[in-house]
Amino acid sequence: MLNFPLFPERASALAARVDSVFFVWLALAGAVALSVAVLIVVFAIRFRRGSPADRNRESGPARRQKDRRMEIAWTLTPLAIFFTMFAWAASLYYDHAAPPGDAMEIYVVGKQWMWTLQHASGRREINELHVPLGRPVKLVMTSQDVIHDFSLPVFRIKQDVLPGRYTTLWFTADRQGDYHLFCSQYCGTDHSRMVGRVVVMAPAAFAEWLAGGSGSPTMAAQGAALFRQYGCSGCHGANASVRAPKLEGLFGRPVQLADGSSVIADERYIHDSVMLPAKEIVAGYAPIMPSFQGQIGEDELQDIIEYVKSLRAAAPGATR
Amino acid sequence: MSAAAGTPRETYLNAGFTLWSWLSSVDHKRIAILYAISITGFFFIGGAAATLIRLELLTPAGDLVSADTYNKLFTMHGVIMVWFFLIPSIPSTLGNFLVPLMIGARDLAFPRLNLASWYLYVLGGLFTVAALVAGGVDTGWTFYTPFSTMFSNTHVIAAAAGVFVVGFSSILTGLNFIVTIHKMRAPGLTWFRLPLFVWTMYATSIIFVLATPVLAMTLFLISIERFFGVGIFDPALGGDPLLFQHLFWFYSHPAVYVMILPAMGVASEIITCFARNRVFAYRSMAYAVLAIAIIGFLVWGHHMFVSGQSIYAGTVFSILSFLVAVPSAIKVFNWTATLYKGSISFDAPMLYALGFVGLFTIGGMTGLFLASLALDVHMHDTYFVIAHFHYIMVGGAVMAFLGGIHFWWPKITGRLYSDGWARFAAILIFFGFNLTFFPQFILGYLGMPRRYHEYPPEFQVLNVLSSAGASILAVGYLLPLCYLFWSLRRGAPAGPNPWHAKGLEWRTPSPPPTHNFASIPVVTEGPYAYATPEAAGD
Repeated sequence: MLNFPLFPERASALAARVDSVFFVWLALAGAVALSVAVLIVVFAIRFRRGSPADRNRESGPARRQKDRRMEIAWTLTPLAIFFTMFAWAASLYYDHAAPPGDAMEIYVVGKQWMWTLQHASGRREINELHVPLGRPVKLVMTSQDVIHDFSLPVFRIKQDVLPGRYTTLWFTADRQGDYHLFCSQYCGTDHSRMVGRVVVMAPAAFAEWLAGGSGSPTMAAQGAALFRQYGCSGCHGANASVRAPKLEGLFGRPVQLADGSSVIADERYIHDSVMLPAKEIVAGYAPIMPSFQGQIGEDELQDIIEYVKSLRAAAPGATR
Repeated sequence: MSAAAGTPRETYLNAGFTLWSWLSSVDHKRIAILYAISITGFFFIGGAAATLIRLELLTPAGDLVSADTYNKLFTMHGVIMVWFFLIPSIPSTLGNFLVPLMIGARDLAFPRLNLASWYLYVLGGLFTVAALVAGGVDTGWTFYTPFSTMFSNTHVIAAAAGVFVVGFSSILTGLNFIVTIHKMRAPGLTWFRLPLFVWTMYATSIIFVLATPVLAMTLFLISIERFFGVGIFDPALGGDPLLFQHLFWFYSHPAVYVMILPAMGVASEIITCFARNRVFAYRSMAYAVLAIAIIGFLVWGHHMFVSGQSIYAGTVFSILSFLVAVPSAIKVFNWTATLYKGSISFDAPMLYALGFVGLFTIGGMTGLFLASLALDVHMHDTYFVIAHFHYIMVGGAVMAFLGGIHFWWPKITGRLYSDGWARFAAILIFFGFNLTFFPQFILGYLGMPRRYHEYPPEFQVLNVLSSAGASILAVGYLLPLCYLFWSLRRGAPAGPNPWHAKGLEWRTPSPPPTHNFASIPVVTEGPYAYATPEAAGD
């Protein structure tokens, strides 16, 4: 009973860096709070009513100047500390903003009240996230309904998961073990049951785990099947009669839009092109594509995105 | 002192005894009492919800109430405590009572509007109570979309309507204060002779008038999306859920300053009185109040560091959040310096005020942790945030509110209360508060998310400690209700100025006559002119 944690475990290099910001704040806040408390207590005792303490003070310009100096000191000192801490915490935030290019991608869908995850190999899991030790992992996340939040305290990271949009989160685990996974954004009735675990495994054990399961085809292969099933191939396929934008080599490249702007064809762009096709019309094409909102689930759409990504190798001159 | 012989002196209290004489009064002092009674009622409803929350969290399993009930409890706790207690607490009660007295006026500029504000407050309260009785709301006080608009099956529109209506009460009160402070100051009472409490009321009023309309619009948009299915916030309808968060926090962050600025004003009045000293650096204190109110409008995005907001927006909001902490830090140092070479006594109001300074300091410092980008990513939406804002709003605002009630009680009622019991309650609340909320900082860093009906078993010990503290805190909050009621009947007459305080409100009898002053006072000196040796110097 009394064996309870006071400080969280950590399983990534980032966690240690975040903790150091925390400890420095703790020292600073402790020092300030303690000195304010000590001063209040000392003044309260020394200058209690009826005490013989000397209450005479110089007056006039000399005192005013002294007071002003003191005020400037206790304005500029906190300001300097604040800016330093801001810069430190912001640089850590920036360092961690973009996932490394070679990160292993795992797709996450949040829905009331569970997490479904899928690896590129096609292996699915629910409320569990298996990852290999020492390899950067990038989560590509979206929600089927309300806003959720994928929170992994052991790595000191979390990210809201929104409907209609992709957000990402990445980490490199450096310690094996089972750790908490929480939904941190209130999402309704069973919010507190939208929890699970992240399992950090040795690479060999992970490879074995990944190969196990029901032997489902890869996400891209499942996406290819869905691409035909929903009739996407009727317009976007190789032998299509309708004039529609070609998808080979599309992913990661800029797309010229009818309104003159351009966007990078990332997960969000493909997602929106399927669900909200009228939002971004490719220059030179008629806005004739129907919306698939309500027909294609977020999980299926992730398979299709993975399929579109896989098409890039086929295009001549495609680059990363 | 004076009420010995002949006919009793006429006061605002004996100007009428019927219920109607209260419900139709346009006297700012009577309206303050109406507010005090209503917000106390809501405080105990909100407190009852908190009690059930803390009881549920005694065990990791969700065994006392169902998940849906739990979600409704924390929603009602938040909605009631924020809009029906904290925001109106100091401005509508102490502010209403004291602003005219402190500036030497006979009433607020618009007495009828003042009464209308109270009726709007009651109307908003009725909507909210109706939503509660009809089955409750489960969106959290933050009403995040698209949950609140397209997914929740509870009485969202009724609750939103309640908050919408009560917002107009805030706007009208703010308007009234601004005009009153501009136009009705007594002869000689220049801006820099105003008590700091009046400065904080002024800054708070500006926030009321500028921020509350945005909340009203936001709640209106929620109702439109929910009722008519017009796509504003739900992406499935073509809306943007982050737009809601921007609009909501544009109001709700300044609303935090609505809660804390008046508390700072109260603390400044009490500390100077019981330290028998001028406030250290009066002008800096006044400017700090304005700076907090203004910069406070520009920091809302710090609630959204993990929402998917651009990292550059996050950076700007982070640095502005650090900036707004500077004037708060200055205020803490100045209160401390005010004690230096004072002549300090420890009557109950002073204990509350010193408790306020300590708890506000911890609340403010932990806010800096949360303003730090990478650190907030870990702590966002955990119990660390809960602990932080309760240190500000309960440790800070409620402590100061109670301090103010104890400080001006003799003025308001004409009676003294038991100082021993009042000191005991102050100390009990201080310890109960820390035991309740300090463990939550640890829970938060461990990663325990907020709004969890069930939680992993290793968090139980800290949760039990927190619940134990809450029971002490509950006793602490019930005590003043008892001895203050007692003082209404049995308390000794207070006389006009039992604390020997400066300030115009102490220059009129207690309780004050209906028209406050027999003749309008003329002000010839700055505030806090306590007779310490250096008083002549500044």
